Parts: sequence; structure tokens; C-alpha cells
Amino acid sequence: MMDYTKIMSKNVRTLQPSGIRRFFDILDTMPDAISLGIGEPDFKTPWHIREAGIYSLEQGHTKYTPNAGMSRLRGAVAEYLSRRFDLRWDPRDEIFVTVGGSEAIDLCIRAVLDPGDEVIIPTPSFVCYGPLVTMANGVPVYVETKAENEFKLTAEELRDAITPKTKLLVLPYPNNPTGAIMEQGDLEALAEVLRGTDIMVLSDEIYAELTYGGHHVSPANIPELYERTLLVNGFSKAYAMTGWRLGYVCGPKPLLKQMIKIHQYGIMSAPTTSQYAAIEALRCGDGDIEMMRDSYDNRRKLLLKGLRGLGISCFEPRGAFYMFPNIGAFGLTSEEFCTAFLREERVAIIPGSAFGPGGEGFARICYASSVENIETAVERLGRFIRNLGGEK
Amino acid sequence: MKDILKLLEEDSRYTPAELAAMTGKDEAYVRETIRRCEEEHVINGYTALVDWDRTSEEAVTAFIEVKITPQRDDGYDRIARRIYQYDEVESLYLMSGSFDFSVIVTGKSLREVSRFVAEKLAPIDGVISTATHFIMKRYKDKHRAFLVEPEQEERPLFI
Repeated sequence: MMDYTKIMSKNVRTLQPSGIRRFFDILDTMPDAISLGIGEPDFKTPWHIREAGIYSLEQGHTKYTPNAGMSRLRGAVAEYLSRRFDLRWDPRDEIFVTVGGSEAIDLCIRAVLDPGDEVIIPTPSFVCYGPLVTMANGVPVYVETKAENEFKLTAEELRDAITPKTKLLVLPYPNNPTGAIMEQGDLEALAEVLRGTDIMVLSDEIYAELTYGGHHVSPANIPELYERTLLVNGFSKAYAMTGWRLGYVCGPKPLLKQMIKIHQYGIMSAPTTSQYAAIEALRCGDGDIEMMRDSYDNRRKLLLKGLRGLGISCFEPRGAFYMFPNIGAFGLTSEEFCTAFLREERVAIIPGSAFGPGGEGFARICYASSVENIETAVERLGRFIRNLGGEK
Repeated sequence: MKDILKLLEEDSRYTPAELAAMTGKDEAYVRETIRRCEEEHVINGYTALVDWDRTSEEAVTAFIEVKITPQRDDGYDRIARRIYQYDEVESLYLMSGSFDFSVIVTGKSLREVSRFVAEKLAPIDGVISTATHFIMKRYKDKHRAFLVEPEQEERPLFI
């Protein structure tokens, strides 16, 4: 019999599968559990967008598109970024369309890293950056952001993490799982630190449209950072289009030219149907964005009030659709806490430890769920922590 | 006020405490806003969307086009009032186009609704003609689809 472990790439073998596999295994046995775990909009894609996809199929648009994506779509992206975020890139060679924001992140990392290069990753954050860096033979350098700094990356933390090998800084804001955002002044402070270096910024702005009580600011809005920013965005969160797998990347032409080679060999082109739907989304979807954002905002306020009503300390998230309460006071690790909560109260929330250094002691609750689910979850959480107190 | 009204329109069972939490206002303000809206008839009532087809009850709904001769002084309103007072009338709209009133009527059977049209509605002074369309299936009402759409079968397990 073949020994497959000898065949596997060492790099891949040492990758950790999601650290909370066991947690999901339990969840899998509880079909009736309330899940505030999955990070996904609870809306369906608005009908006019779905319909545009269907119509493109009726018209027989079933072939490949250009590698970079349809020029009409790239034009619509450029127009959208200018209209909503005051950002400008040339749709001909500074924007291209990818399979979700995820592919765009992978391409940015692979296009700039040589073996041993370092990538600074603020945590807690989405789980993909470190493993993708490892796969590209780079070295992830995690920087723990702090609740007392509103989970922002500070200039000092950045300065301490930079070495001569630093190639890339990931800025995952608005942040999953903390809900933190970076404001103009915060980004300007980082710009100061980066001045004179060759460090590129990979700005993952998939939650840009879900910013509450203010307007999203991109690093690319800071004149000094514009030339060193690779912006990643997509359709999943703003338009509830997760299953369509469509995103894009914008940035300096010489780098995009490298990235598109990888895209060309590995992917060819992003799904055609999705691209037609995306054009409709960009052109006629502003109202959908507002409607969904208002709805998330209502639920954000509801959950925050609920958690604080239980006496749980929680940073007020300003973006995305997650809340990241501090559960450290209950004497359990976040995985123990969430596992026990799931077993006893049948509500799934995600242990903070899954999101890298700094996540321990917290749990992520996704509030893209019904008001009823949120209220039930808060009620059960209250009962759960009262019982924990009783055991002490 | 708009945010509270929009939420109530979405689900009128939301309590003042829930509305306060979701809008970031205090509960007293929410209660006062709702009271004022009710008083000023901005809010005209609360109801449930019942799909009678899923019960054993018989129910029939008809949409009736009505042409009338507008009355001197009162225009359309006096006839409208004579029509909408009937309990059978669920909704009444004044329309632009080829007829004047759109009347939605509910009853237990085709015969009951037909009798209402023939005996009550058509004889009203000023009503010139009626055209009755029975509703065969209700797909959507008040932004709610009445057909249960299939749930996604597999739960994704990403974070």
C-alpha cells in the first residue's frame, strides 16, 4: 500500500485545518441548533441581480470571458469605486476580476513573495492569510491587536513588526471577527511608518459597504498609501452573493500584470454568469446595499444591547456583521466555552481562538441572522453564564 | 420615526423594547412615537398575514373593477364610502385608467362573493358596471411570498 504521507507536500501537510474542527463536528450532529457561526449574509441575492444572471444564460453567454474579466464589468467596478469610495483605477489594466475576494488575496500574496519573505497579519482576523502565506513559502508575522485600541493596528505595533524581510502588510478592515474599522487618522499613522519602505499593503475590504455610523476609508484614499495598496473587494458581502464566487483586485499595473499570469494559468477566467449578475449589482444595487446595511445595523444594536444587558463586556463593532464579546471572565478557554454553550444551549458561536493570536478569551457571534434567533441566543447565553456562575 | 415604521411594517410584533434596541432610541421615545402615529393614523392597525388555503376553511377572494359616475360635490368619495363600509370589502382603491375603483372582496365561496356583487355592489347608485376576477392563487402579499421556498440542504461549515 502506498504511504501517502511521503507523497504530500510538507508545506501543505503542516497546514492546520481549521482549528475548531471538533466544534464543527458537534454542530453537524445538531441540525436544530441556532447557528450564529457562519459568516454569511442571511439575505438571498436581490432578485434583479439573480435575474440578470439568468438572462445571460438565456442569451447563451456560457463561454469564457477575457482573463481579466469582461471589460464592461471592469468598467462598472471602476465607476462604482469612484462613486462610492472616491477611489480611482484604470479599468483597462489596474482592475481585474477574480473568483471571490479569496482568490484575489491569494494572488496578491503569491505575486509578491519570495521564499522567506514576511507578511504582517493583524489578528484576530479571517483565517486565510497565514496559510496562504505559508503556501507561498512566506512567513506570516502575526500582530495581536487589542480591545483597548478598538482592535485597530497601531503605528507602534506595525513599527515593531517590520523587519528587512517584510514584503506585505495585510489590512483586514472592516474586520472579521472583531468588527473593527480603520479611520483616516489611523491609516495616516500607518502611512508614516511605511514611508520610505518597499512594503505593499494588501487591503481586504470585502466588508467596506457594511460600515456603521460613518463612511469606510480605504488605505488607497490616503495619497501616500495609494501607490502601495492592493485593494481586494468582491460581491459576497455587499450584495449577498457569496455563492457566486466573484471578487476583484485593484492596484499598480506592474503587479497586476504578474498576478494575472497566475490567474490565467490557474483559473482562466471568473464565472461568466456571475460577471453578468455583478454588472447589474454595481449599476442598480445601491438600494440593496442600503437596505441590507440598515437591517444589519438594527440587529447589531439589538445584539450589543442584549450582550451588555447580560453584563458581558463587548467592543462596539463599527463594521462587518460580527460581534466579538469578551468571555474570558468565565474561566474557560473560548473553545471550551463555545463547545459547552453549543452542547447545553444549542447555539453555535465561534471560539475566538480560531482567529489567531489575540482571539483567545473572545467569541465571534454573527448577527446576520433573524431577530428571533438573536434574541433566543441572548436569552440562552444569559442562562448559560448564570449556570456557569452557579458551578463556581 | 421612519426607522420605527419600517421595522413595524416588517414585523408588527416587535415590542417597544426591541424597537428601541434596534434603533438605538429609548423605549419611552418609541412608545410615544407609536402612540402618536396611531393617533394621527399614520399607523392604521396591525394584522396577521393568513394563508387560508393552508387551513380547512373555505375562502375566496375577488378583485372587482368598478366603473362609476362621479357625484357632484363629493366626487368619488361618497360612493367609495358606500362601498367600503361593507365588511366583505377588504380593500378599495381609486384607480387611474379604464375603470374607477378596484375593490378586493373576500367571502366563503364563489356564490357568496357573486351574491355580494350582484346584490350589494352593482345596485349602488352611480355604479355603472362591474367586472369580477376571482383570485386563483396568492403568490405574494405584503412583501411575503406565500409559497414556502426550499431551504438550502447542506450547511456550509466555514468561518
